[in-house]
Amino acid sequence: MSERLPIIKTYKLAIGGKFPRTESGRSTSVHDAAQNLVAHVCRASRKDVRDAVDAAHKAQPGWGSATAFLRSQVLYRLAEMMEGKRDELARAIGGEDAQREVDASIDRVVHYAGWCDKYAQVMGNANPVAGPYHNFTVPFPVGVVGVIAPDSPSLLGFVSLVAPVIAMGNACVVLASETNPVPALVLAEAIATSDLPGGIVNTLSGFRDELVEHFSTHREIDAIHAGGVSDEHRAMLRTGSADNLKRVHVRGGVDFFDDESCESPAWLDPFVEFKTIWHPSAV
Amino acid sequence: MGPKRLDLRAGTGGGLFEYAPAPESVRPEIADRYGLFIDGSFVEPESGTRFPSINPATEDTLSMVAQASAGDVDRAVRAAREALPAWSGLSGKERGKYLYRIARRMQERARELAVLETLDGGKPIKESRDVDVPLACAHFFYHAGWADKLRFALPGRDPKPIGVCGQIIPWNFPLMMLAWKIAPALACGNTVVLKPAETTSLTALRFAKICAEIGLPKGVVNIITGAGETGQAIVKHPGIDKIAFTGSTSVGKMIAKAVASTNKKLTLELGGKSANIIFEDASLDQAIEGIIEGIYFNQGHVCCAGSRLFVQESILDTVIDKLRDRMSSLRVGDPMDKNTDVGAINSKEQLATINKYLALGDQEGGVRHDVCASTLPDKGYWCKPCFYSGVQPSHSIAREEIFGPVLAVMSFRTPDEAISRANNSPYGLAAGVWTDKGSKIFDVARRLDAGIVWLNTYNKFDPTSPFGGYKESGFGREGGLHGLLAYTQ
Repeated sequence: MSERLPIIKTYKLAIGGKFPRTESGRSTSVHDAAQNLVAHVCRASRKDVRDAVDAAHKAQPGWGSATAFLRSQVLYRLAEMMEGKRDELARAIGGEDAQREVDASIDRVVHYAGWCDKYAQVMGNANPVAGPYHNFTVPFPVGVVGVIAPDSPSLLGFVSLVAPVIAMGNACVVLASETNPVPALVLAEAIATSDLPGGIVNTLSGFRDELVEHFSTHREIDAIHAGGVSDEHRAMLRTGSADNLKRVHVRGGVDFFDDESCESPAWLDPFVEFKTIWHPSAV
Repeated sequence: MGPKRLDLRAGTGGGLFEYAPAPESVRPEIADRYGLFIDGSFVEPESGTRFPSINPATEDTLSMVAQASAGDVDRAVRAAREALPAWSGLSGKERGKYLYRIARRMQERARELAVLETLDGGKPIKESRDVDVPLACAHFFYHAGWADKLRFALPGRDPKPIGVCGQIIPWNFPLMMLAWKIAPALACGNTVVLKPAETTSLTALRFAKICAEIGLPKGVVNIITGAGETGQAIVKHPGIDKIAFTGSTSVGKMIAKAVASTNKKLTLELGGKSANIIFEDASLDQAIEGIIEGIYFNQGHVCCAGSRLFVQESILDTVIDKLRDRMSSLRVGDPMDKNTDVGAINSKEQLATINKYLALGDQEGGVRHDVCASTLPDKGYWCKPCFYSGVQPSHSIAREEIFGPVLAVMSFRTPDEAISRANNSPYGLAAGVWTDKGSKIFDVARRLDAGIVWLNTYNKFDPTSPFGGYKESGFGREGGLHGLLAYTQ
């Protein structure tokens, strides 16, 4: 049996439910631990970030006003689609821990699927004001969230940062792991075949040195969720965000495999706006 | 303009009812000069510099207040740092009891605090007496009870204090803002360095005395006075773990930048240009009262003031007539008079800002309705409330925060239009909706980008009710369960 020459895939970006190449025309190669070429990926530009933010903005209102039950169903559907791609995801991650990481990622999506229709019950309130008013506080999505995923774990880090964001009805633009974006791009294919509306998760591959600044200064991004970024990038995210007062959450030193530290309402708080509504209850 | 309306005040000559003056008679003790409250006692400012605190209704100097330098800030931060282990280590129940003591003492001194607030800030005595001071006391009572219940407040978490909090507050609700900052911080086990606004330091200094009177451990609360430079020194001080700021959006953004490369936590409660939306099926007279309350309360020096009024087209003329009528009877004048509705503008600078916007409003083509019948006193800083009709969304008075008694009136046709125009602002603090249709009111409430939505009411506050904005109105909430998130980690 003769050796078959494998097809080397070029992974494209995922923007607005489509898979475009970067408008910049640039690409880079991804190699495995043994330095074998495994794939080509796009090197996204500032324009791609802007296109992705546009797509997120278009998609967010529909997703944000979908019923919490529906969002919960859709996130669980995403877990089902990931389950079907377990082997492909593991191959994309590579190494001994890959299967464990895929399984933890799927389970994390399942965890946050369940939060969609429970968070408002845990963190929403009827407030006993001293007067004849109905007064209640309800969480709403913050809008479009820029996510900077850590290099490693490439899939579990991505999923842990994205799942709470979309569970609360937000849309996001995600910069995947710089060292190995392939698992995130395989995930993008699972997302495209789940029931998640196009534009809710937009995935970019590229360089943090080039793109973090544009995430921080884009005025249509409402919040930032970042993990595994350098001190310099953290300061850049917070400084650039001051201009439109983005809500910035940079997570450091997280063990993404630890359910205790990655699965709690504290991961959801930053991506909601609490709205307090008053109405007289006496005439 | 609609058909000529019946003058409801026939027989009074169309002017105000004559009321005899009803001045508040309590005179609080005001020292000639104040020090800084650091580590449990009043100390001299390092530089020896003081600045006057002025009664904006008379332009008289009430007292000389200390100008804190960076060195003074450092002293205060060190005192707060030293006090932190014992205070955060105290059982919640004991901490709570200190807060209860503060609340009680404030209630006992309520009249004195109200008069002081009115003298120093210019707001009508009926507002400081009935709103500011009772709410400030209630805020301490509410948070006192949280101190030993924090582990039940936030499920699955074990809330810990953040540390030393630097708190910078504005001049519009001096004592109430102090309470909003200090009560939750202390309940959660933090210690504080608080700076009141430079035009309104007196109630904060009286509060400092209350802390000493009730035996609060020294260093837990430090009150330092001064202007912007003192605030900057607080923001920059490396010994501070968290900054909480209430004030303008431009200063808020500067603070966000200043702490960007530090580990300081930050909450910001900033400006607004809140929309009040009135539908044709609203109870009109109730709505007019709410609109008046929404914009002329506290001379319009309110971050959540309903300063953009959107009126459904079919009732525009009626609403304008009713607004003119209601506004003509607002009493502007001596804040110490119990009948006064609108007091003095807080400072000369703020009056200049408001006048700048009035000039812009006229230039850009709005129609100004100046119908307030009061005669203004000769001395002091005054601005008659007014409103503009014929305002376009591009006009300065429809986009920028004026922080004065000036209302911009615009019209709309459909709920969708009202919502998109209300949301078309970088701010997102509050909003009001007026209609008797239940499903419509909740749909609109859901779609408005605002942290507080008042339905068929406006400008209501309560310690149990979280307050804070969307977008460039800041982040974090104050009050209620959600306010605890800002002072725990």
